[in-house]
Amino acid sequence: MWRFISIRLLQAIPVILAVITVTFFLVRVAPGGPFDSEKAVIPEVKAALEAQYRLDLPLYQQYVAYLGDLAQGELGPSFKYPGRSVNELIGAGLPVTAELGLYALFVALCLGGVAGVIAALKPNTPQDYIPMSAAMIGICMPTFLLGPLLVLLFGIHLDWLPVSGWGDIPGDKILPSFTLGAAYAAYIARLGRAGMLEVMSQDYIRTARAKGLPQWQVVIKHALRGGMIPVVSFLGPAFAGLLAGSFVVETIFQIPGLGRFYVQAAFNRDYTMILGTTVFLSTLIVLFNLLSDILAAWMNPRLRAQYGSD
Amino acid sequence: MSLLEVNNLRVNFTTRMGVNKAVDDISFSVESGKITAIIGESGSGKSVACYSLLGLIPQPPGSIEGGTALFEGSDLLQMSERELRAVRGRDIAMIFQDPMTCLNPHMTIGQQLIEPLVYHKKVPTADARARAVELLEEVGIRDPQSTIDDYPHQFSGGMRQRVMIAMALINEPKLLIADEPTTALDVTIQAQILKLIANLQSKRDIGVIFISHDLAVVADIADEIVVMQNGVIVERGNREGIFHNARHPYTQKLLSAIPSGTKQTNEEDRDPFIAVRNLCTWFGQGKNNPPNKAVNNVSFNIERGEVLGLVGESGSGKSTIGRSLLRLVQVTSGSVAFDDTDVTALQGRDLKNMRRRMQMIFQDPYASLNPRMSVYDTLAEPLLLHGIENKASVEQGVLKLMDDVGLARGFVRKYPHEFSGGQRQRIAIGRALATRPEFIVADEPVSALDVTIQAQILDLMHDLGEEYGLTMLFVSHDLAVVRHIADRIIVLYKGEIVEQGSPDELFNRPQEDYTQRLLESIPGRTVLV
Amino acid sequence: MTAETTITDISMAEHGTSLWQDAWVRLCKNRMALFGLAVLSLFVIVALLTPWIAPYSYETQDLQLGAAPPSAQHWLGTDIFGRDLLTQIMYGGRISLAVGFVATAVALLIGVTWGAIAGYAGGRVDAVMMRLVDILYALPFMIFIVLLMVVFGRNLLLLFLAIGAVEWLTMARIMRGQIQGLRQQEFVEAAVSLGLPPSTIIRRHLIPNALGPIIVYTTLTIPNVMLLEAFLSFLGLGIQPPQTSWGLLISYGAETMEEFPWLLIFPGAALTLTLFALNFLGDGLRDALDVRSSKD
Repeated sequence: MWRFISIRLLQAIPVILAVITVTFFLVRVAPGGPFDSEKAVIPEVKAALEAQYRLDLPLYQQYVAYLGDLAQGELGPSFKYPGRSVNELIGAGLPVTAELGLYALFVALCLGGVAGVIAALKPNTPQDYIPMSAAMIGICMPTFLLGPLLVLLFGIHLDWLPVSGWGDIPGDKILPSFTLGAAYAAYIARLGRAGMLEVMSQDYIRTARAKGLPQWQVVIKHALRGGMIPVVSFLGPAFAGLLAGSFVVETIFQIPGLGRFYVQAAFNRDYTMILGTTVFLSTLIVLFNLLSDILAAWMNPRLRAQYGSD
Repeated sequence: MSLLEVNNLRVNFTTRMGVNKAVDDISFSVESGKITAIIGESGSGKSVACYSLLGLIPQPPGSIEGGTALFEGSDLLQMSERELRAVRGRDIAMIFQDPMTCLNPHMTIGQQLIEPLVYHKKVPTADARARAVELLEEVGIRDPQSTIDDYPHQFSGGMRQRVMIAMALINEPKLLIADEPTTALDVTIQAQILKLIANLQSKRDIGVIFISHDLAVVADIADEIVVMQNGVIVERGNREGIFHNARHPYTQKLLSAIPSGTKQTNEEDRDPFIAVRNLCTWFGQGKNNPPNKAVNNVSFNIERGEVLGLVGESGSGKSTIGRSLLRLVQVTSGSVAFDDTDVTALQGRDLKNMRRRMQMIFQDPYASLNPRMSVYDTLAEPLLLHGIENKASVEQGVLKLMDDVGLARGFVRKYPHEFSGGQRQRIAIGRALATRPEFIVADEPVSALDVTIQAQILDLMHDLGEEYGLTMLFVSHDLAVVRHIADRIIVLYKGEIVEQGSPDELFNRPQEDYTQRLLESIPGRTVLV
Repeated sequence: MTAETTITDISMAEHGTSLWQDAWVRLCKNRMALFGLAVLSLFVIVALLTPWIAPYSYETQDLQLGAAPPSAQHWLGTDIFGRDLLTQIMYGGRISLAVGFVATAVALLIGVTWGAIAGYAGGRVDAVMMRLVDILYALPFMIFIVLLMVVFGRNLLLLFLAIGAVEWLTMARIMRGQIQGLRQQEFVEAAVSLGLPPSTIIRRHLIPNALGPIIVYTTLTIPNVMLLEAFLSFLGLGIQPPQTSWGLLISYGAETMEEFPWLLIFPGAALTLTLFALNFLGDGLRDALDVRSSKD
């Protein structure tokens, strides 16, 4: 198992490096410098600013210097908020986004996992159709539509829940978490159902039934592990999706998280902020993909043995 | 009183096509201490009958329409699911066909073994484990103390089937239902498993239902034999009665389908036709991994008009030899001279022309035909490719081929999924013959077929071989089948030739231990020979 | 099946049912899939004919009217500039559907070619090609597309390319898996031993059999692409005025939903209905063509 983990970790390094490189050069070749908007900057001031942000150096030297900064965990200063570093901004936004993502993931796993298993146990009955129709709605109803509709219904029409903020009023975390988690609950429900159906048709399930085990033991002891492997493999991509979803959800609900910073940075053309956040988020996503791969491999005894022999 | 008495059992399956009477009014009984064999081809209802007793058929589409099944006096068919569960795995245990898929890959065999004991008898886990180790030892698993914590994929097929047997016996059931327990296994392993089941059964004095499609398999062990066809019992009797005084024509057909006897060899002089010298075909040569020497330094001749049998267990390299001769896999070294031309060196047009002269018939008639091409497309393709027929005459060429392989002309525009396994194999044979080849490699051409179909296809191949003057390499794991058709036999073991000779020599005077073992594994020798 | 042995000409023989015909029959029995197909066809036709059948011209404003609820003149109401919402949705649909179809076509073209070559070549070529796909797979593309749109401006062509570039990876994996699986099938071996040239083997034996999963996955990729476009437009990083798309309309609608809920609900309904149609059709095709659910 350790060999598997170390191989995958080594494979992640070139990916992260590629992300940094591509992002860096993309941002640098972007038309329009960061200070073009501020008209009539005195040339001396501009030169001083450019020196501060190392824009006066040749591109490759900028790149090397940036890599050096990164190696020390330094993501650079912000163009738009002078005096604040990207590290600080991430430090402020990350806990909020992490909390939101965690709740959303919890919603997705609980709702989706349970719905998928329930549907798979009695395929082609109402017990299957009802949760699966709900899942279909979840997949076809994009986050940026579901969010406003939920606000309209629960926030404005029924006036049950607060419609913006994060941690200011009790209950204001419910709508954003549900909005973000809903689509993934739907995906997980469909994946879980397919996985469980596949497993439940296996010969070894018949063996378990021939032993006289009751249905719930057959499901929990024999089927759940194999059936949930596709869901676990999906967690990596789901994490990336949740991050992207947080851009929308944080915008809709005005949550001061990383996602909203990122979108604002994109609008403001705050290049160092975009660069730093992209590198940071990308690394996070790559690592999460890794984690879900490892988890899925660990759940498969054959793979576990293959890499665990040393 | 019988241990199990089934009366007038009827089971229906409702499908899109209508209601199928899978089991239609059958009655049979099983005694303690006896092995009752239920024999029939796929679709005969033999498995459905037994599964329905334990509530293991999916309902719907299946439904039990009537009958009784008295097990120690109480009717299994009237029991609730809860009551049935108390019987399953405790008093009646099962072994299934494919040990590769019947064990849960996510649990150690120990966890799976003790489950019935812990669940039904509330035995503490530690005691159950000790019992499991004993039982594993008894069924012949080496070093059970440590292997009990292994996962199923760490065992070979035969060993997994032993684990399955141990799992079935752990609660000391009174009745064991074994559904084709040896069909997925190699012939030598099959012999071991059959012996094991017979031993365990006589030691414990339990009743056994042994389901199989192959009469030969049960010839040595069955006390009673029930023959089923299309959901009904056509004949029943004790072993002697069935094998020596079968009355029903279907039983007689099953008996005659068991390949026996030796082909008469003509003692003429023949030309050397194919000469294989020092053939090596290795796979997966990596930097660190040693190559898998599937075929290692093999030399032999095939003479013109000869049928050469190539026999070995799975992994012996017999299929790889066939594919090497036809250049379907890359040969590592050595030469294959076909009518004095080295096949391994051919390229481009020469290779294409050579391919016309040698063809292959594959094992799985479901995989060997392109599902999106009709019979006409499949047969016309080689005819046109090699210019054997032109656009105008190709229709007649296709129809002629269909006549040759015994397919009705009216089927010419049907697609593979509309045919049975035997019919598909006929199409595949027709495709191979279309190029007018001189040499055919037949790779287990009948092992995926039901026994009576096997006999028909073997006869067809024999007749066509005579008619077209074909030279044939007949690859099989089944010595009995090869003996039936081959002029000469080569025995392979782990990529190398162990022994070769005429069928008579091999069967009556085997020189090598391995050949001896193979011969002893042929089921039904005592009754049939 | 009746079989006359007196048949002398193949036209006298009964037609068989090919797997395609079989699949079509099964699809026709699936009501939801047919519903999806009908809705989708309707939307596509409307999108194609929009310039001629739209009730108002795209630019027409009625500032005096402002945002009005649905009425006889304006079936779906008007926005704050008094523009007819139905007209807006029709024009927006043109863009949304075009992005969906074109970007999917880009993905299809790259992915199928890439996967087919890797699968057919096998060996080292395959290893290198699929390794690259694996690496790209690990890249956080959602973020990259945002970055691309920021850097190069909000350009429709770039959007097609960027989204196509993300989605081709899965397509390549599916195609390669199909080709690899098929290559091991005995009927392909049989074709090789008949002496058929590789081009014929690919054309007659590999592609027709790999087509099913590709069709299914293509159908399911279109809604993903449309979602991605709408997502970007919602954030203001996709389609830009004066052009419009469903995502952009939803984003405007969300801003004013308290006073003018119809501005959110109708564009949302259009998008959701299309996604439903495509997903139902995709699921129906999956069942009809008997494609297993695994992705590679």
